[in-house]
Order: sequence, then C-alpha cells, then structure tokens
Amino acid sequence: MPDIDVRLERVTKQFADTVAVDDLSLDIEEGEFFSMLGPSGCGKTTTLRMIGGFEEPSIGTVYLGGRDVTDLPPYKRDVNTVFQSYALFPHLDVFENVAFGLRRKKVPKDEITARVNEALHLVEMTGFGKRKPSQMSGGQQQRVALARALVNHPKVLLLDEPLGALDLKLRKQMQLELKRIQQEVGITFIYVTHDQEEAMTMSDRLAVMRYGKIEQIGPPEDVYETPATEFVASFLGASNLLDGELGRQTDGNTAVQLAAGSSVTVPTDRVPHDLYDTQVKVGVRPEKITIEADRGDPAPGFNHVTGLMRMATYIGVSHQYKVEGPGAKELTVYVQNLGAAPAPSPGEKVRLVWHPEHTFVVKPSAPLTQEEEVE
Amino acid sequence: MEQHLQSDRPGVARHGSRLGKRLAPYLLISPGGLWLGIFFLVPMLAMLSLSLQTGSIDTGFRQTWNFGVYPHAIGEYHKYFLRSLLYGGVASAATLLISYPMSYWIAFHGGRRKTTYLLLLLLPFFVSFVIRTLAWGFILSDEGILFGTLKSWHLLPSSFRVLNTGTAVVSGIAYNFLPFMALPLYVTLEKIDRSVVAAAGDLYASKRETFLRVILPLSVPGIFAGVLLTLVPAVGDYVNASILGGTENHMIGNIIQTEYLYNFNYPLAAALSFVLMAGMVIGILAYARVLGTREIEEYV
Repeated sequence: MPDIDVRLERVTKQFADTVAVDDLSLDIEEGEFFSMLGPSGCGKTTTLRMIGGFEEPSIGTVYLGGRDVTDLPPYKRDVNTVFQSYALFPHLDVFENVAFGLRRKKVPKDEITARVNEALHLVEMTGFGKRKPSQMSGGQQQRVALARALVNHPKVLLLDEPLGALDLKLRKQMQLELKRIQQEVGITFIYVTHDQEEAMTMSDRLAVMRYGKIEQIGPPEDVYETPATEFVASFLGASNLLDGELGRQTDGNTAVQLAAGSSVTVPTDRVPHDLYDTQVKVGVRPEKITIEADRGDPAPGFNHVTGLMRMATYIGVSHQYKVEGPGAKELTVYVQNLGAAPAPSPGEKVRLVWHPEHTFVVKPSAPLTQEEEVE
Repeated sequence: MEQHLQSDRPGVARHGSRLGKRLAPYLLISPGGLWLGIFFLVPMLAMLSLSLQTGSIDTGFRQTWNFGVYPHAIGEYHKYFLRSLLYGGVASAATLLISYPMSYWIAFHGGRRKTTYLLLLLLPFFVSFVIRTLAWGFILSDEGILFGTLKSWHLLPSSFRVLNTGTAVVSGIAYNFLPFMALPLYVTLEKIDRSVVAAAGDLYASKRETFLRVILPLSVPGIFAGVLLTLVPAVGDYVNASILGGTENHMIGNIIQTEYLYNFNYPLAAALSFVLMAGMVIGILAYARVLGTREIEEYV
C-alpha cells in the first residue's frame, strides 16, 4: 500500500456568495499522476490552489505527507506549481529563472549550477540558459516553467492547465513528455484540466468534479467504462443516453425499460443499488455499437435498438454516424474504418447492437450551463 | 487576353500597396515631425543664434559670434545650475519615495476602486499650477495654519521657518510633479503579471524577496519614465522657487526669466537656456545608459 502524499479532509472553500469547493475529501498517493477534471467553475483550480497554499480553506484540513499544512503559506510547503501562463520572470534569463527557488533556499553555488543544468536536461532545454523568456516559443517557456518547479525536488508538483495556451499538436506532444518526465522523477503530479482527453492520456487516476464536489474518482478506464452519473458520462468522452426505468432482475441481469418502448439488459453488478425505483439514464459509448441492417432477428444476448440513419461523416480513421433512435433521440456511433463493408447511407433503417457488458446505468444530472462551458 | 493577363498579375496590385506601406511610417510621423520642426527646432536655432549676438534692447542685437557668452554664463551662474540640479534631484527622489508605495498600493490592493483612487490622486492637479503653489505658500508660511498652530502649542521654536528656504522649494516641486511620477509607476506596476508574483512566492521567496527580486526590477521602466518626467521639468522650474523660495533660493529658471523679462539681456538668457538643455540631455543619456532602455524594451 503506497503512502498517502496529499490528503484533503472535508475541505470547503467559500467565496463571498459562492461555495467553490463543497465538503471535499481526497487522498492522493505518492508518485501518482492525478488529474482533476471538470467544467469551468467546478472547483478544480480552487482545490489545487488550496493544496499549493495560495488559498486557505474556509473549513477542513490539508495534509502533505501526513503533516497538517492548512495554515502554511506556499513557500513553506514542499510543493511547487506550474502556472497556466508559465509565469516565468521576464527580467531573468532561463538559467536564473530555474535557479530562483534554489537561490532563495541558499543552496551552494556549485550545486545550483549542477541542479539547474540537470533540470534543463530533463526538459530537453540544455543550451538555452542564456535566453530570455521573451525569446522563446510557448512550448519552450512551458518546459522552462516545468524545470523551474522540478529543480526544487518538491514532494508534489501542481500543474494548473499548463498546456492550455499551446496549440493542439504541441499539446499532444507535451502530454507524452509530461508523462515521461513524471515517470522519470517519480514526483506526485496533480494536474488540473478541462480537457478530458488530456486527463485520460496522462493520469493514473482522475477525479471528475462539478459544483465543488467530486462526481467520480478512479483510474481513467474505470471512469470511462462505468461512469457514475450522467454528467460524468457526457463530460468524459461521448455517450448515448436513453431515458428508462430499472425493471426485473434475472440471472445476474437487470432489465431496463426504455421510455420509448423497448427494453435493454445490463449486468446487475453494473447497476448502482440506489438507482432502483428511480428515473435513470441508460447509456453506451459510441465506439461500442455496431450497425446492422434492420432485417431478420437480432442476435440473442445483445442489446439492440432500431433507428433511422441521419448522417454519415467520414473522419479517416473512422466513420461517425448520427442515428435517430427511440424517442427521436439522436445517437452517435463510431465505426473504425477497416475498409470492409460499405457505409450505410442516410435514410436507411438500421439496427444498433451492443453487448450488455458495455451498457451502464446512471443517475440523471442537470445539463451543462453556459457558464460551465466557458473556459 | 491582354487585360486578363494583367488583372491576374499579383505584382501590379501589390506594387501600389507596397509603395503605400513604405510611405506609411513617414506619413504617420509627418504631423508630429512638422510640429516639432516648426515649433521646436526653428525657435531652438533662433535661440542659438540669439545667444551669440551682442547689443542691447535699445540699439538692437547684431550677430557677432560672441562665443564668450558661454564661459561667462557658466562661470557667473554655475551656482544656480548646481542648485537647480540639487533641488530637482532631491525633489525627484522625494517624489519617487512618496509615489512608489502609493502606486504600489493602488496597483496591487486597489481592487475595484483603482480608478477612484487614481482620480483622487489627480484631483488636486485639476487646480492651476500657480494657485496650488500659492496654497503651499499659505500652508508653509511662518505663522500659517500648520506651523503657526504648532508654534502656539510650543511644539516648534518660534524661529522655525520653512517658507523662503530650499526645503520649501523642494517640497513644492515634489508636490507639483507627483502625478508625473505616480502615473507611470502605477502603469508598470499594474502591468506586472500577478502569476509571476505568485510564482516567486511558490519558489520560496518571502514577501520582501519577492519585492526586491521581482516586483522592483520589473518596475524599473516606470521608475525610469517617472524620474525623467519629473527631473527634467523640475530642474528648469522657476514657479516654485519664486513663490516658495523668496529671494535667496533662486534656481536657474528664475535667472533666465529675470535676464529675459527684466534685464532684456536676450543673448545671456538664450545661452543659459542652452547650457541647461545641453546639460540635461547629456545627463539623461548617461542615465538611460545605466538603466538601459534596451533592457526596458525586453520587459514589455
């Protein structure tokens, strides 16, 4: 059992008239790459700032390595931050930027030189020591910001949407780079982002947040395959969700009566107990569905609904289909482009088929508001 | 066919716009350039020529290339030049020391009321320069509202006086030029990226170190501009010295004014003005070298 590096115990942060973080408890293990994910205003950045010491919790306790640090200022915590805007010192060159923390800690000169060069090597910025921040690209500045934090060998590194300002291609490259560096140095990374793909690519575990609470926490695969709420299902990846009600249980399966008429089955162990006798949403991920012509009898043991093909989009690696399903609900299907069967054309009647194991049942959530979408 | 080819040639259209592009900078500076040419350069040359003339207001002045006026002007009046530099320098330093904390506070802690605070800062300066200076004379007068009261409480000896001393002149200048220091300082401090300040804290810098290592160096352009904007007019100022300084504390501006308006010694007044200007230009170039304008560009 690895040690707990960061522990938040029933932490609440209240600003003037809003609760940014609401009674949140969280354990992050040593050496873990942990992401906090959520829409604008979900409290992820405030949580990070409380771990960093930039914000004090209204109620609750923050522990770092077992020690209560709730009232300590940032510079007395064994934590460093990589800021969204890089926040490099514009008047100092790269070497001095990276050396800043070590100089404040009065580390001997020889050791500073050695450690700064080592850190620059780690982020592949060797030879840039004399450059000023203004003479570098966004990606290079990001690397320097990372070196500046890592050179202090903190227990925990906090990253506040550090890749937000980079273009897509560079961002993808930096994601892999960050993961490599994290594995190389073995420091706990706590990463805040609103980009679900980014969180899934890098994290050992992630927490999906909304309204200052954690909606679901776990390894990316678990959260993706078995979302706990409608919000998680639609925020982390794409989901097809249909209204329904839980019905009879037989042989480890539970039937879900769809509002639109037909019914599907879900393995009972995939159904949260507290959802019986309530309105639920039953869902399936777009890539788990196969499309058949609506002829003959459907294969037994599979879930299926029928629908009308509305739109087919060719994306190269896959085809993306929009199908009008039961209750006029629009369903999305991704089919990998294997070049085999001809693509169904719009207007055709089709049958969507998927395995009960790929079905999930979630509690309905309020839809995303406009404020939450702004980032 | 011919027409079709021409319209397709991108070079033709681009040629016109390229000419426009080349001319654009000149067109943009021409109003300012003309203005300075007519109202600065021409009078300057006229003054230079005037300084080398001899004669009197009655007989008229003739160009005699009398370069001797310059050694005379420096030799006779160097005391006033030095005093002007001293007063201007001390006043600028005082303005800097007073403005910095004020601008810092407004920029970092002004919150939503920043504009209100700036307006309050500027409010006294809506009153005319001379009236403001006269008001200072009123406050600083020996038996006035401030020192008179303190003397009546025996907190100050009855011989204590500020008005008609160098201190009065310096404090008057410092007060009158305050906005020229406070505003550029405010602008640079306001522009400092707050995440950079947070980063310093994150990297173990105490509040004091954050200020000395990050905020202060980043506000150098504001200090540079502020000192320039206060020192230059302060050294040449004569209003404060004549209203607050009495007869014993004349600055070079007072001498120039007297020579020009009362003694009608135009060549000497012109020569003194020229020495002052040349001295300031040399001083500012040296100052810019020290604080480095190239460095300043890099911060922005």
